[in-house]
Amino acid sequence: MIRRAVRYLDRRAGMAPALKKALRYVFPDHWSFLLGEVAMYAFFVLVATGVYLTLFFEDSTAPTHYHGPYKPLDGMEMSHAYRSAVDLSFSVKAGLLMRQTHHWAADVFIAAIVLHLIRILCTGAFRKPRELTYYIGVTMLLLALLEGYLGYSLVDDLLSGMGLAIGYSVALSLPFIGPNFAALVWGGPFPGSGAFWSRMYIAHVLILPILIGGLLLTHLALVAARHHTQFRESPRHTERRVVGVPTFPGYAPRSLGLACAVAAVLFLLGWLVQINPIWLWGPYHIGSSTNGAQPDWYLGWLIGALRLVPGFDVVIGHYTVIPNPFWGGALFPLLVFGALYLWPRLERRLSGDYAFHNLVERPRDNPLRTAAASAFLTWVALVFVAGSADRVAVYFGLSYVGQIWFYRVFIWVGPAIAFFIAKRVCEELVAGEHAEKVRKAAEERAKAVFEQA
Amino acid sequence: MRAFALLVAGLALAAPASANSPGVVHARTGAELYAANCARCHGPHGEGYQAPKLQGVGALAADFYLRTGAMPLAEVGEQPEPSRVLFTERELRALIRYVAALGGPPVPTPHPERGSLSEGLKLFTEHCAGCHQVAAEGGFVTGARVPPLESATPRQIAEAVRIGPYLMPPFPESAIPSRKLDSIIRYVEYAKHPDNRGGWSLGEIGPVPEGIVAWVVAAVVLVGTCLVIGRRLRT
Amino acid sequence: MRRLFDWLVAMIVLLLGRRRRKPPEVEERIVPHAPPDRRAETVLIFLFTVSAVCAGGFIAVVALDRIGNQTPYLGLSLGLSLAFLAAALVLLAKRLVVTEEIDEPYTPVEHPVEQAELDELIAESGERFTRKRLVTMAGAGAVGTLGLALAAPLVSLGPVFDLESFATTPWRRGRLLVGEDGRPLHADEIEEGTFYTAYAAHADREQLGSPLVLVRLPLSELHLPSPRERWAPQGILAYSKICTHAGCAISLYRYPLYPEAEPRPALVCPCHYSTFDPATGGTVIFGPAGRPLPQLPLAVGSRGVLRAAGNFSGPVGPSWSGVRDHKPSSPA
Repeated sequence: MIRRAVRYLDRRAGMAPALKKALRYVFPDHWSFLLGEVAMYAFFVLVATGVYLTLFFEDSTAPTHYHGPYKPLDGMEMSHAYRSAVDLSFSVKAGLLMRQTHHWAADVFIAAIVLHLIRILCTGAFRKPRELTYYIGVTMLLLALLEGYLGYSLVDDLLSGMGLAIGYSVALSLPFIGPNFAALVWGGPFPGSGAFWSRMYIAHVLILPILIGGLLLTHLALVAARHHTQFRESPRHTERRVVGVPTFPGYAPRSLGLACAVAAVLFLLGWLVQINPIWLWGPYHIGSSTNGAQPDWYLGWLIGALRLVPGFDVVIGHYTVIPNPFWGGALFPLLVFGALYLWPRLERRLSGDYAFHNLVERPRDNPLRTAAASAFLTWVALVFVAGSADRVAVYFGLSYVGQIWFYRVFIWVGPAIAFFIAKRVCEELVAGEHAEKVRKAAEERAKAVFEQA
Repeated sequence: MRAFALLVAGLALAAPASANSPGVVHARTGAELYAANCARCHGPHGEGYQAPKLQGVGALAADFYLRTGAMPLAEVGEQPEPSRVLFTERELRALIRYVAALGGPPVPTPHPERGSLSEGLKLFTEHCAGCHQVAAEGGFVTGARVPPLESATPRQIAEAVRIGPYLMPPFPESAIPSRKLDSIIRYVEYAKHPDNRGGWSLGEIGPVPEGIVAWVVAAVVLVGTCLVIGRRLRT
Repeated sequence: MRRLFDWLVAMIVLLLGRRRRKPPEVEERIVPHAPPDRRAETVLIFLFTVSAVCAGGFIAVVALDRIGNQTPYLGLSLGLSLAFLAAALVLLAKRLVVTEEIDEPYTPVEHPVEQAELDELIAESGERFTRKRLVTMAGAGAVGTLGLALAAPLVSLGPVFDLESFATTPWRRGRLLVGEDGRPLHADEIEEGTFYTAYAAHADREQLGSPLVLVRLPLSELHLPSPRERWAPQGILAYSKICTHAGCAISLYRYPLYPEAEPRPALVCPCHYSTFDPATGGTVIFGPAGRPLPQLPLAVGSRGVLRAAGNFSGPVGPSWSGVRDHKPSSPA
């Protein structure tokens, strides 16, 4: 039967050579090369569960009153969007499972991208000729952050509504062009025109998924065109020849198994662990707020930045030039993504290495790069942790003001410490390996001498 | 993430700054109990010395502070927070009677069963959620920690709303009439065991624990799966 | 003679020319040979079956309406089905197919021949032009301007050039203050120590300029800045409820029970803890807000109802470039 299928495809589409090439394509199979695939499969789960959700979600902010099974919301005024999300959670078969799986998939998707990014940075996989692949990857991360933010804001619950107001304030804070830009996106001052919700919706369900999907395909095509990088594990692994497992029969079941594992984890989380219980928060109204409101984890670095910046607007004379949220909400992410985009270039310039690389290095083999990456990630991570200083104050009793001052200093000191520790650890590990090698060689020689005697 | 782990470890070792209840002096009569445990700060006749005056606060306030263990307080100026009650029931009643004799409102009798759950959510969001968090999990305001309400009894809630302890604003009858207070209390009772049909609730405080689960559970399992499927480096 | 010679040649050819029979040739295989693993195969069949059963369970739960809260059963069955399928596939990958390690060349660094051909193609195609720079500029001008033209309607997404609406609020002199329930607020129901939310009567509540937070402080404690001494009749202060940092609603009010040892009354925002002092006109005493909270002047009308005595002291909501140069206005 397989033979018939192959014959059919080849006669109709001339596909046999392409199929043979694809099925015998070689994949270096180190475990860390699978992290990007985890992100990709999480994206598939997102699209699948997302399509299901669009069949029920109403993207309108027109007010309505709730009269459904959840008693605490009975009679409350809310938008159609919020109500349809509550109905999804309470009245649609498998609706809550799909909602929760979709939200877990978003959290895990971005976590997987971050892990994949760390692997790329620490092994130097972004070097020539793969810079284009890398830029596309960083762009996908940026789009994924935006996509997640829009997704959980569409539901119009109290927490995400507060988050939208904050997003608006950051847009507004761009010097000179801020209010024009915010007026463009929102269709007027907050909460914006009625069309704003439709814009969020179409961006979230169509425009951004297509962009991310297209970039993903390009990313994969580029990886395939150049072949995946590999570690120098043996003399067989060279810059010219790639050693690995062919797609079929070796790699395909591994990859499919990973796909099922990702889907399994996400659906099990969607069952086991409650996420974003919007019916507990209530609908968003502009005059309402709650303590302890936080964005989803992947935007935690921004709330940390917004809380750390001291309270000042840059005013020249009487003219307000730079409102406060700009520093934490716009400049900080600009610097982080700017650093990510510029990393290949900066490294080439600073190391003088303009060569072509198909081999990647273990993190320990390039202590400077690993140390720089550690310092950079520590910087972002510390700002991220600073964003939950209020919860720490509640649970552990540490002074909030004290923590804020601590972080204001430590976000600069910490990365320096991380840099030195990482560099030292790498150097020591390499030195240890070298010592092992010398010892082994000496033992061999001694053994040979002994056996001769 | 290394820094994060170190930070968490350090914080876990830090001594929590909740109000240490000083040891209490046990006695028989209300007057003796007052003189031994309260007069140092509140004055020998409740006229206030380095602490608020107790004349006119009534059984309402005494019942609240003593039964939650917020009083006695170790240091003047510390935030009174619920802690272990060290008085016996007999001593509590004697002390409350003593303070009540100084004048003031009686212990309230709320009726949450008469309140409406949906009105309660609305009122709680309007008056309380800003500090106590919409699911009554507690929070932070500049200068104070706001306690979660999971062990607050209906009577204690009614008392706290009228007193406005520490930095909480007091809500008199004109601001929150008793009928509405009943609804609020009914909602708080609900919020202790809310509808968590989605699974393990993670404390109903939102995305922070959700992010922790995404990393500590999902990422760990999936990276582990990658380790099983793929190869380690051969040296 | 010829015959003998032929026979000799034939014999030599027969003896020497006969090839030794080669052993049956081993077929050139693509995938190397490996022994079967019946145990692994059995486990695989078992895993596939369990996965199918779980998936069937999912279908059953969807079909059966009787089960109350379905999410746990749905998630469990679907999740386990996928998990068993994942385990089956990984087992298949590791034990039941051959994991080969083959190598092939990396693609060449570049293709100079094709690059040269492309260069030549483009150069030769453009040979007919005599004024290349001018033509290119003109062409770029046409396409670029057309592109801008196609993008131009985007300005109708919002009032890009008219920012007056950003400083518009529904408040004007005489506008009534109403509570959450829509009833007008009276001055004597505003008590000290607690806080109230108010909205502009007959106006959309869901705009930044509408919500107010009201508190009452003793007149002796007020230190309002110069033009605003009469803005708080009887000590009742009205401020915009929208934080000037990032637009969250200011729903926290801290009020000391024992002012001798506790911080003074303040309005706090739950998002980033900007703290505003109502006694001094909404000045920022902690947190990242860069602008004080806008205050609304109040007047006590007939029968004691609270009315606005004008518009806010400054634009409401988060700041923007030039915000301090705008005065809040009411719609016409």
